[in-house]
Amino acid sequence: MKDSTAGGLVQDSPTDPAPTDATPTVLTRPGDAKPARSRVRPGALLHRSWVLFLLRTGIVVVLLGAWQIGVDTKAIDKFFWGEPVGVWQQLVDWVTIGTSQGSLLDQILVTLEEAVLGFVIGSVLGIVCGIALGRIRLLSELFGPFLKAANSIPRIILGSIFTVAFGFGVQSKIILAVVLVFFGVFFNAFQGTREVDRNLIANAQLLGASRWRVTRDVVLPSAFTWILASLHISFGFALIGALVGEILGANQGLGLLIRSSQNNFTMDGVLAGMVLVAVIALTAEALITVLENRLLRWRPPQSHGGAAVK
Amino acid sequence: MAAIELRSATKKFATADGGTYTALKDISLTVEDGEFCAVVGPTGCGKSTTLTLVSGLERASAGAVLVRGEPVTGIDTSTGFVFQQDAVFPWRSVLDNVAAGPTYRGARRSEAHALARDWLRRVGLTGFEDRYPHQLSGGMRKRVALAQTLINQPRVLLMDEPFSALDVQTRAIMSTELLHLWDETKPAVIFVTHDLEEAIALADKVVVLTAGPGTVKAEFRIDLPRPRVVQEIRFDPRFTRLYEQIWEALRSEVQEAYDRTTRVTQVAS
Ligand SMILES: Nc1ncnc2c1ncn2[C@@H]1O[C@H](COP(=O)(O)OP(=O)(O)OP(=O)(O)O)[C@@H](O)[C@H]1O
Ligand SMILES: [Mg+2]
Repeated sequence: MKDSTAGGLVQDSPTDPAPTDATPTVLTRPGDAKPARSRVRPGALLHRSWVLFLLRTGIVVVLLGAWQIGVDTKAIDKFFWGEPVGVWQQLVDWVTIGTSQGSLLDQILVTLEEAVLGFVIGSVLGIVCGIALGRIRLLSELFGPFLKAANSIPRIILGSIFTVAFGFGVQSKIILAVVLVFFGVFFNAFQGTREVDRNLIANAQLLGASRWRVTRDVVLPSAFTWILASLHISFGFALIGALVGEILGANQGLGLLIRSSQNNFTMDGVLAGMVLVAVIALTAEALITVLENRLLRWRPPQSHGGAAVK
Repeated sequence: MAAIELRSATKKFATADGGTYTALKDISLTVEDGEFCAVVGPTGCGKSTTLTLVSGLERASAGAVLVRGEPVTGIDTSTGFVFQQDAVFPWRSVLDNVAAGPTYRGARRSEAHALARDWLRRVGLTGFEDRYPHQLSGGMRKRVALAQTLINQPRVLLMDEPFSALDVQTRAIMSTELLHLWDETKPAVIFVTHDLEEAIALADKVVVLTAGPGTVKAEFRIDLPRPRVVQEIRFDPRFTRLYEQIWEALRSEVQEAYDRTTRVTQVAS
């Protein structure tokens, strides 16, 4: 892995942002997750989005249909792979009857609490540390190697330690989520701080800004494009932290639900859990996009960025 | 005591290959308080570098740089700097951009905003308070930058091609406006430009720099009467005479700089 300019602290190779914990966290570039705004007539746009929606629905129906037919014709073994009808039935049961661990809502709320708290704490820590190390050379020289080393170990293993050390409650899951979120946000905040236009800093200083005001008024907003890019995938990490923590040992939560379904060999339950997790992840993603658009209102519409997956 | 004084100042930059590049060599220049000094010279001769030395953004490698008699040791907030590149804050509205200086200097928000509105009126941007910089034209952004700097009423004002993004007409109007504003507080000005006409129309003194490494080639006193109207002064016969004299000094330097760049490309190709 080659070192980039920023004190060798940041990996610079653009890689798959999929949350695979075995690989070290890499930078998420600003604009990666930013949908390119198209300049088409609103009418045509509406028409287009309807057609797209119908096509997408069609794809889902075909896939699920094929799966169900496969199961009905015994081409697919539903013991191993579940079936759409069964997944749906499982969801209905969970909602109407409840789960073995209590009401479904409680499970969702527990997992959400862990993921959201982990996400918030990890992000805030990442932003503060990233900017501090980006601004204060001594700190980055001192702690840079440690952070790089910490980033290169598969952190998911820490889940086992946290479960033993902090118990089956929410605490151990939150800590795991924090650890997973922190690095992505940290490296982006650090890089964003290094990329701040030096002219803007010089201008602020000449206008009379103190060092703290420069950090708050110039560095933070300009690093925010980088930071927000990392927040998109960070919630995914937080969710993974919460779920893995629950699978490793918990009294409550969606991860436990998935785990017990697996233990009972009900694949429909595992898949139903996955569906719920996906809904949570997509909702969070939408909320983060809203936040991004609010915070980055000052930015000109992006013309680059390629075709973004919406 | 001169407002700005460079005494045989030299600036060397470290280059990527480990050597040094001399951008300025033994440059000596004095600007009195209330004097408007224009600096012209071929591209890359070190005009911007001169300003960074005076503002304290960079330190001279040798020689002395004094502002109001004191050696420059760092950024002095009584110096105003209008940058060559865009340096307004893209995430601040026009009003907040102009109000930045007073806010940083401890003014209350409401005071800063009232002052900023007044300056936006002076640079002709009333009605654009709530826009973001990317929603403005290049010329409007330059005017925001101007208001942002002038609102602090600097005693030393450094301007690096502030009007280069403007069309000829707006440029003339803004130049006249700048002279009015300058007349109100009379700071010492170093105004960098490529446009010799602009330099003569505005300045008390025009300094011609040599092709890099930059040093002062010649100084010309511009004794055209004030107040001046930039659009009209160029028809003055004295203006034409000064233009010819200064162009004579500048031409060989521009030619030299041009030859050098083309020579390099020939070698490279
Ligand atoms: N930070 C730097 N590092 C290395 N070289 C530099 C640096 N800043 C400027 N130079 C070099 O110093 C020389 C003078 O640069 P400067 O920006 O002062 O030119 P200028 O006269 O303002 O040119 P222009 O009219 O095109 O703006 C140039 O050759 C430039 O390449
Ligand atoms: Mg320049």
